[in-house]
Amino acid sequence: MFDDLQKRLSSAFGQFRARGLLTEANIKDGLREVRTALLEADVNLQVVKEFMEKVGERAVGQQLIKSVRPEQQIVKVVHDELIELMGPVDPSIRFEKTGPTIIMLCGLQGSGKTTTCGKLARLLASQGRKPLLVAADLQRPAAIEQLKVIGQQLQVPVFSEPSSNPVKVCQDALAEANRQACDTIILDTAGRLHVDDELMAELKQIEKKVKPHQVFFVCDALTGQDAVASAGSFNEALELDGVIITKLDGDARGGAALSVRKVTGVPVKFVGMGEKLDKLQPFDPERIVGQMLGMGDIVGLVEAA
Amino acid sequence: SKTAQLFNIRSWFGRKVDQSFLDDLEARLIQADVGVKSTQRIVDRVREAYSDKTADDDLLNFVKAELKALLVDPRPGTLAVSPSKPTVYLIAGVNGSGKTTSIAKLAQRLKDEGKTILLAACDTFRAAAADQLTVWATRSGSDIVKGAPGADPASVAHDACDRALARGADVLIVDTAGRLHTQSHLMRELEKVRGVLHRKISGAPHEVLLVLDATNGQNAIRQAEVFTKSIGCTGVILTKLDGTAKGGVVVAVRQTIDLPVKFIGVGEGIDDLQPFDADTFVESLFT
Ligand SMILES: Nc1nc2c(ncn2[C@@H]2O[C@H](COP(=O)(O)OP(=O)(O)OP(=O)(O)O)[C@@H](O)[C@H]2O)c(=O)[nH]1
Ligand SMILES: Nc1nc2c(ncn2[C@@H]2O[C@H](COP(=O)(O)OP(=O)(O)OP(=O)(O)O)[C@@H](O)[C@H]2O)c(=O)[nH]1
Ligand SMILES: [Mg+2]
Ligand SMILES: [Mg+2]
Repeated sequence: MFDDLQKRLSSAFGQFRARGLLTEANIKDGLREVRTALLEADVNLQVVKEFMEKVGERAVGQQLIKSVRPEQQIVKVVHDELIELMGPVDPSIRFEKTGPTIIMLCGLQGSGKTTTCGKLARLLASQGRKPLLVAADLQRPAAIEQLKVIGQQLQVPVFSEPSSNPVKVCQDALAEANRQACDTIILDTAGRLHVDDELMAELKQIEKKVKPHQVFFVCDALTGQDAVASAGSFNEALELDGVIITKLDGDARGGAALSVRKVTGVPVKFVGMGEKLDKLQPFDPERIVGQMLGMGDIVGLVEAA
Repeated sequence: SKTAQLFNIRSWFGRKVDQSFLDDLEARLIQADVGVKSTQRIVDRVREAYSDKTADDDLLNFVKAELKALLVDPRPGTLAVSPSKPTVYLIAGVNGSGKTTSIAKLAQRLKDEGKTILLAACDTFRAAAADQLTVWATRSGSDIVKGAPGADPASVAHDACDRALARGADVLIVDTAGRLHTQSHLMRELEKVRGVLHRKISGAPHEVLLVLDATNGQNAIRQAEVFTKSIGCTGVILTKLDGTAKGGVVVAVRQTIDLPVKFIGVGEGIDDLQPFDADTFVESLFT
C-alpha cells in the first residue's frame, strides 16, 4: 500500500514536463502526494502542515534542473527539509567528571525500555565504562527477571531489591554503584501512560531524589499520531535529554521520530534495529528520512545533476 | 497533548459543509490514526451527501453510522468454541503490543466463566518471557507449559497440546514471541507453531488473535495483512486504549481486510479487558 513517493509524484505530475520554473500551480498536485506520504508515515498532522508550507516556499521559484525529472527535484527539496528538521545530530552521551553518570530511561508500556537499557549497557561497556543496570520497574510481572537475564547475557551487574518503592531502589542503587565501582548507572523504569498522573508523579520523584544526568525517552517507531502527545508530556514532566527510537528494523516509516523531534526539540540519539542487544545504532537522519519517504537513490541523482 | 482534543464536533453544527468543514473532518480522522485513504473515503461520502448543506446531527450520525457499519461485529467479545476439548486460541503480534498481558486477561475472563485454562509459553526468545506468563498463570489460576529458554516454540506447542488433551483442559491459549511481520524466518516459525496446533488438535487453532497496540499508526495495516496471510488471523485484540491514542487504525485495517476487533485492553490489570463495542469506540473518535 505504500508506493514510493517518487512513483506517486510522477503520476501526480502527469504530463507536466515543462522546462522552466517550479510554480505554485504546477507543483500543487505533487505536494498533495508528499503530504499523503508523510501522513502515511505517521508524521503528526500539525507537523505535516507546517512542513508543507515550508516546502512550498522553498520549492516555488526553483529553476528546473534539465537532467532530472520535476518529481525528483521535489523529492530532493522534501528530503533536505526533513533532514534539517531531524538535526542536528548528536549521538553522544555526556558523562560526569566526578562520580557515576546516571541515565534514566522512560516511556510508554512495551516501547522497548528494558531491552534498550541492555543495549546501552553493552555499548558503554564496549567503550570501557562500567555500567550498573537498575531494575526500577516493580510493576510489570517478571520485569526484574527480564533485566537480570539481560545482565547475565552481557555480564553486566544488575541491582534489584525486594521493595515496592522504585524511588528507594534507585537511591539504593547509587550506593551499590560505589561499592562495585561502576561509573554509569542505567535506570530501567516501568512503562507508563503520560496521562497516568500517579505514575508520572512517581517518575518525577525519582528525578528529584536521584537526579539522573541524562533522561532518555524510548519511543516505538510504530507509534502513530499520538506520539507527540506522550513525548510532550514526558518532556514537560522530566526535561528529556534525548530520544531513542525502537523497532526501526521493520517497515515502519518512523514518522513519529520526526514529530517527536519537532515538537519537543529533543534530539534523537539512537535507534533500535532489532531485539538483540547489539542492535543499537547512532541516529542517522538520512536513513530514517529515506524510510519515511520510501525512496531510493533519487537524492543522490539530483545532487549529482 | 492538545492534539487529542482538536475540536468538539458539536461546535460544528450550523456550519456550512464547505471545503474548510471537510478539511476539519479530515483532520479529526487523520489525528485518530484512521489513515489517509480511509479518511478520504469517508470525507468523499460526506461531500457527496452534504455539500453546501448545513452541518447538523444528521451529518454527524451519517459519519458515525459509516464507521459503525464498518466496524461492527455481530458477536463482539465472543470467541469460537470447539465442540471437543480443548478449544485452542493462538495469540500473535509485533513486539510489545500486549500479547502476554492480554492472554492473562483472557484467561481470567474464561476462568470466570468456569473454564479450566492451560497457557503455553511459546515465547522462548525474549528474556524472562516465560517467567512473566508464569506470574499471570498463577494470578489467573491457570496451568502452564513452558520450555527452556531458546527451545523450539513448536515443541513447546506440541507439549502443551499433549498436556491439554491429557488433563482435559477446556481452553489452551498459546503465547508467542513478539515479531515484526517483516521478519520472514520468524513468521515461518509462527506458521510452524500453528501447524503443530492444527495437527495435534482437531480444528485448532479455533481463533487466531492478532494483538494490535492502539498507539500504533499506519504500520498496523501491514501487520494485519501479513500476519493474516501467514497464520490466518480471525480477530483483533486492541490494547492500550486507556491512553490518549484513539486506535483509529482499526478502521483502516477493517477497510483493508475483514478482521473484527473482539476485545479491547484498557489497562495493565487482569480485569482490564472489555468486549469491543463499535458504538462506544466510534463515539470516542469524536470526543
Ligand atoms: N524488533 C525490535 N524489537 C524490539 C526492539 N527493542 C525492543 N524490542 C522488543 O520489544 C518488546 C518490548 O521490549 P521491552 O524492552 O520489554 O519494552 P519495555 O518498554 O521495557 O516494556 P514495559 O517494561 O512492559 O513497559 C520485546 O519483545 C523486545 O524484544 C527493536 O529495536 N526492534
Ligand atoms: N496501559 C496499558 N498497558 C498495557 C495494556 N496491555 C498491555 N500493557 C502493557 O504493555 C507492556 C507490554 O505488554 P506485554 O503483554 O508484555 O506485551 P507482549 O506483546 O507480550 O510483548 P513481547 O512478548 O515482548 O512482544 C506491559 O507493560 C503491559 O503491562 C493495556 O491495555 N493498557
Ligand atoms: Mg520494561
Ligand atoms: Mg509477551
